[in-house]
Amino acid sequence: MRKTVHQPSAPPAQPVRFILEGPRLALSGRLDIAALEGLDRPRSLRMAEGCRGIDVAGLERVDTAGAWFLVALQQRAGEGVAITGAAPGTAQLIETVRRNLAPPAAAKGRATPLLDRLEAFGRKSDRAGRKALSLVSFLGQVVAAIAMLPVRPRRLRLTAMVHHCQEAGLAAVPIVALMAFLIGVVLAFQGATQLRQFGAEVFVVDLIAISVLRELGILLTAIIVAGRSGSAFTAAIGAMKMREEVDALKTLGLDPIEILVVPRVLALIVMLPVLGFIADVSGLIGGALMSWIELGVSPAVFQSRLVTNTDVWHFGVGMIKAPFFALIIAIIGCYEGLSVGGDTDSLGRLTSTSVVLSIFMVIVMDALFSIFFAVVGV
Amino acid sequence: MDTAAAETPRDTRAGEAPAIRVRGLVTRFGSHTVHDGLDLDVRRGEIIGVVGGSGTGKSVLLRAIVGLLKPAEGGIEVLGQSVRDTSDADYRRLRRRWGVMFQDGALFSSLTVRQNVEAPMKEQLHLDTPLRETLAAIKVRMVGLPEVAMDKFPAELSGGMRKRAGFARSIALDPEIVFLDEPTAGLDPIGAAAFDTLIRQLQAALGLTVFLVTHDLDSLHAICDRIAVLAEKRVLAVGTMAEMMEVDHPWVREYFHGPRARAALDAGGVH
Repeated sequence: MRKTVHQPSAPPAQPVRFILEGPRLALSGRLDIAALEGLDRPRSLRMAEGCRGIDVAGLERVDTAGAWFLVALQQRAGEGVAITGAAPGTAQLIETVRRNLAPPAAAKGRATPLLDRLEAFGRKSDRAGRKALSLVSFLGQVVAAIAMLPVRPRRLRLTAMVHHCQEAGLAAVPIVALMAFLIGVVLAFQGATQLRQFGAEVFVVDLIAISVLRELGILLTAIIVAGRSGSAFTAAIGAMKMREEVDALKTLGLDPIEILVVPRVLALIVMLPVLGFIADVSGLIGGALMSWIELGVSPAVFQSRLVTNTDVWHFGVGMIKAPFFALIIAIIGCYEGLSVGGDTDSLGRLTSTSVVLSIFMVIVMDALFSIFFAVVGV
Repeated sequence: MDTAAAETPRDTRAGEAPAIRVRGLVTRFGSHTVHDGLDLDVRRGEIIGVVGGSGTGKSVLLRAIVGLLKPAEGGIEVLGQSVRDTSDADYRRLRRRWGVMFQDGALFSSLTVRQNVEAPMKEQLHLDTPLRETLAAIKVRMVGLPEVAMDKFPAELSGGMRKRAGFARSIALDPEIVFLDEPTAGLDPIGAAAFDTLIRQLQAALGLTVFLVTHDLDSLHAICDRIAVLAEKRVLAVGTMAEMMEVDHPWVREYFHGPRARAALDAGGVH
């Protein structure tokens, strides 16, 4: 028998000892969970085989784990073997444990691992399908609620919307501007290194203008907003859902979509193009600065080349995408928030799902737009 | 009532330090003093009910005793050991000898019921997995949870079941003291009565000392050996239900002689 490690915490009694006195197995010492920890159970259980009685009068402390062990000893010893000498408390505990032993296990049909995997895959696909369906139906509900606004304009929660414009829009200006500025700098620097090889330095203006205005400005802004505001939407609505505030709204005859979702969606649809515009300007400034330092393209040259060579449609293409990205981010953020269940676990999980899914969908949407614009020839 | 406690083995050890001894406890939140010179003794093997109006610091007292909250002044001894002036190792060992059940069970939401009960065993002891699972399953059944609840997550359980599971976790290591914070709050009367019986049964079987924060007059009456009333920032009175009926203090009178108290007494039969 190994010595137990947790000696000082327990009463100074020795861990359990087994003595075979003829047909009788006598136990003494301390039989608790810590004693069981250091016990060679299979060996001890074997000692019970063939004995006629188990004497526990010598035991000093018996807890639930100890009582379970006594029951196990008794079962091993066979039918009709009694436990004798138990203190009233211990006897009661043994009875309690005996009553609560596992019911005879019903033989569980164990499926093959491959089948398990297949089943899990099927369940996952089913869940994904259902989620896609309910997301689309949620989108429909929100669009319907927004479409009703011109008819009943008083239903718009203007204060809430302005608040979200400030939170998701104004507060994001510094980070978006800085990010776009740095992207402009990086593009100019990388472009310059490559274009210098051909002596085509001045084309850096086209490079920066097209990539920032058409793609990067709005795409990166959308990603930042998804991380900043999409997650905030999910967390805020999810916390309200958890505390049953959403249910309280419903019982008051208020529509959670109208109160919680529509202001957030509209705020983002208004603010994302503005943020995108700021990102465009900031990106161009960054690019112009770097071109001036690295290539000696003066701001005046940069400006005139920008105006003459860059089709205004590049800017238009970027701006057209903005409200769609906003819709994706806000809808997914609010939808995941409303899917939060009663537990804290789901809040964290759905917040991260919300960010990942909305960034993914924004990129998918961007790809679709690229195809669309290529087909219409813009 | 007292006879049931006297049967438990731990109560017979005479001359032992009380389960909990609080002396001159002062707790403050900023400038707001919750307890001012609070004294309380809890005997081994008894079920003590702690009552008091909202904001009198019942839960704060519980949190101070188990060391979740640092009191401004005063001494707290649990099982003869100081909670405040002790080494980390001693405090860790001491902590293993008590279990705490928080108001809504405070189950870990990412673990199933069985895993929740296994968690303390896993952290504190080096038991092999089958033994741990067996013991955890016995505890889950002991608190009266159905077999199907074993592998469910807390979010899938009702409030009453969560409380039971929280109780199972608090007794996972067969502690000497369990602290229960409002175990019957929010339960239906039948569920609350069943929970009372459960506490009584397990207390008798495991020889527990139970520190019970409650507002439930029925459980005070049905299972508590003694009652401690918190008011005016200290323990105003300690004693049996019968002794509480005699206390001459407006709040205590209101509490124990109000219509709800009388109903509870009538239902239980006056002692």
